[in-house]
Amino acid sequence: MPTTQMAYDTAHLIGATVLMMGFALLYQRRVTAVIRTYSFQAMALAAAAAWQAYVQEAPHLYVTALIALVFKGVIVPLALTWLVKRLGMHRTVETALGIGPTMIAGVGLVALSIVLVLPVTAGATSMTRENLALAMSVLLLGLLMMITRRNAVTQVVGFMALENGLILAAVGARGMPFVVEISIAFSVLVAMILFGIFFFRIRERFDSLDLAYLETFRGERQ
Amino acid sequence: MIIGSVLGAFLLLGLLGIIFNRLPQLHALVYAGCMVLCAILVGDGVYHVLHAGREEIPAVVLPFGLPWLKAHFRLDNLSAFFLVVINFPGALTSLFGIGYGAHVPGARRVTPLYPLFLFGMNGVLIADDAFVFLVSWEFMSLSSWLLVLADHTNAEARKAAMVYLVMAAFGTFCLLPAFGLMAGHDGAYGFAQMRLAHLTPLAGGLVVLLALIGAGSKAGLVPLHVWLPLAHPAAPSHVSALMSGVMTKVAVYGLIRILFDLRGDISWKWGFVIMVVGALTAVMGVLYAMFQRDLKTLLAYSTVENVGIIFIALGLAAAFRDHGAMTLSALALVAALYHVVNHALFKTLLFLGSGAVLASTGERRLDRLGGLLNRMPVTGLTFLIGAAAISALPPLNGFVSEWLIFQSLFQGPTVAHWAMRFGVPVVGVAMALAAAFAGTCFVRAAGIVFLGRPRSPEATAAVEVPLSMQLAMAIPAVLCLGLGVFPVMVTAGIATVIEPLVGVQMPAALLGWPWLSPVSPTAGSYSATMVLLTAIGLTLTTVLVVHHWGSRRVRRAPAWDCGHPEQIVNAQYSADSFAQPLRRVFGSVAFGAEETVEMPSPGDLAPARFTLRMIDPVWDGLYAALLWLVNAIADRVNRLQFLTIRRYLLLMFATLIVLLLVVAVRQQ
Repeated sequence: MPTTQMAYDTAHLIGATVLMMGFALLYQRRVTAVIRTYSFQAMALAAAAAWQAYVQEAPHLYVTALIALVFKGVIVPLALTWLVKRLGMHRTVETALGIGPTMIAGVGLVALSIVLVLPVTAGATSMTRENLALAMSVLLLGLLMMITRRNAVTQVVGFMALENGLILAAVGARGMPFVVEISIAFSVLVAMILFGIFFFRIRERFDSLDLAYLETFRGERQ
Repeated sequence: MIIGSVLGAFLLLGLLGIIFNRLPQLHALVYAGCMVLCAILVGDGVYHVLHAGREEIPAVVLPFGLPWLKAHFRLDNLSAFFLVVINFPGALTSLFGIGYGAHVPGARRVTPLYPLFLFGMNGVLIADDAFVFLVSWEFMSLSSWLLVLADHTNAEARKAAMVYLVMAAFGTFCLLPAFGLMAGHDGAYGFAQMRLAHLTPLAGGLVVLLALIGAGSKAGLVPLHVWLPLAHPAAPSHVSALMSGVMTKVAVYGLIRILFDLRGDISWKWGFVIMVVGALTAVMGVLYAMFQRDLKTLLAYSTVENVGIIFIALGLAAAFRDHGAMTLSALALVAALYHVVNHALFKTLLFLGSGAVLASTGERRLDRLGGLLNRMPVTGLTFLIGAAAISALPPLNGFVSEWLIFQSLFQGPTVAHWAMRFGVPVVGVAMALAAAFAGTCFVRAAGIVFLGRPRSPEATAAVEVPLSMQLAMAIPAVLCLGLGVFPVMVTAGIATVIEPLVGVQMPAALLGWPWLSPVSPTAGSYSATMVLLTAIGLTLTTVLVVHHWGSRRVRRAPAWDCGHPEQIVNAQYSADSFAQPLRRVFGSVAFGAEETVEMPSPGDLAPARFTLRMIDPVWDGLYAALLWLVNAIADRVNRLQFLTIRRYLLLMFATLIVLLLVVAVRQQ
């Protein structure tokens, strides 16, 4: 059992790594790099979960860590890379908002979540507080990624990053039921499969994964 | 018990009307049934008013409605009084309907709904909790809406019904939070609990405002009146009589119930507001009425005017009560209720008269009628009596109530505040103006319709209506005279009704019968009996003198024209020409009236043309603007339907961020 200070610092470090990867996701210009960054974020998340399992002496969190490592760190990135290759996609990330402004917005979101979370959780232990702020930042960054990227694959990665934020919050909170984490993990998996199928369908129809074609199809743009 | 079974019988009659509405005899049967039921309710109401205080009818709780609330019913003095006011005209219109109901357009859609309409109105009166009240209120609104829609092939009726539905929904939408505020956090929706509730000044003010808007929109207060002149004339005439003469009274009842019974402490300022709105309503209503070319629309606008007069008195009563002048408050309330009775009587009579004219000629346009007095003597005479009564001519009933309202207005400065001191004379002048206009308006209506010579072949061919319809008009005409000649009896009756509301017994007649002197023996008193006797005496003297001195003289006149110097019917005064002087004075300001005359150049054989253009300031200024605003917002919002997926996400994201920011700012 490590000392409290040690536990806190390490948790903080790992959480911050997850957050840094969230930022890294925002400034990647290649789709494959986005996927690899995501993979790294998931591995950091797995580390965070494992550390929490060790600190809180909650063995079920090891399962969470394992799921994060295997599914999110390995299988999902591999599947996405395979998809990108299989579909012969453009390898560039198409942005709706420039990299610079997106980063600035991201910093703003992190500031907002810290301002928001710290006073709300004044009664909680400091470990939970920092963790919650970090998790919320990761979540908001995922959302930001979803709305500032045009390509469907990058949007999916944004969604996955958002989900990473949820898991980070879940593992940090003491006594969160295991079934919640499991169900979140599985829902993400199902979402991944659905997205994969949709990619193929969209691609079949339009020869591209650029969502602009979908908009034209709906009759919103001539 | 009696009331409950009668209300059940109304529902049964409605059902009967739905099932067997192909049989023409059955329409008469349904109306006859309604008449009997209304008569029973009148009897019950009168009995209760006369035995007021001696036996308290306990509240009845029935196990339906909301599960935790149940349905409460109670008949107190005020309910019993309005039971008479509602059901007596109801009985008359039913009697009229026996002969009339089978022949209106869409009769099969009218007969089944007619008892339901009566059911709804009576339900409002005996409700003792907000739930039953509002459900009955909506029942009344919706059944009358369907009655307006009876002639649904007519585009105007459809438009009227649409406007009516929107305004009725709006009114109920205002009443709902009013009751909600009075019920408070605990949801005490029973009237008995509401009487004990204490509200903050803000909530109390809101209740009054919402009740005023909610009940006012049903009663036809300016500027919420727009549906009334559309919807009332669109219904069959006997239903118009009910809607105009009776349904507006249910709205007045609702307001009295809330302002004077459920809420005890209303600031005199609200009374002042109600009074001023009432004065505006009275003047605007009668101005509108004066320029109408359709007999039933004219009558509907006249209803707006009378509602305004009633509200003036109600506002005064509220102001006096807050000031502690209970006797004066009682006086104003008695005057208001007196006018309620009177208007219910003569507006029913006038609408039935217009129904008789419509049945006989098929015309409602004033300029297609004329000379009906000779062809329909009973209708003509009763209509003239009604017109004289609504114009407040002594010794008829309209005079007494308006005189009482003036008497209480003169006491307005008792409330020592500059607003009342200045407001009361202005309101008094406005009411005097409205009364004078009402006179002009009904001279025009009765004169154009019944006097002169027929302006169309239909009017020439008119014949008197069946006896049952004549009787339905004759009874209220006689009562108009009766209630005018014996006012002390009426005020004494009403005084017992309002005693629980204001807590004082109004001295009905200080000088004793037959003098009605509400304030003091010296300030003002009126004896209708004396006026009647004087009028009869003077008339007889004049007739004798004229016949003795005037008729015997030899007079010379052009040969062969039989007293009619003009041979062309269109050369008579028309509805428009009669109203022209007042239109020039007031119409250009209030309605933007524009007259254009196109004269053909000399030698040109084309006819000259006169066109008149008027705008409705309330509709164009308020409702059209509102409509434009709603449409503009709807257009903007409509674009949301065609955003890209990313933009939808952006919207959600932005909403989330804004909400988080709000949380962040609030916790600082």
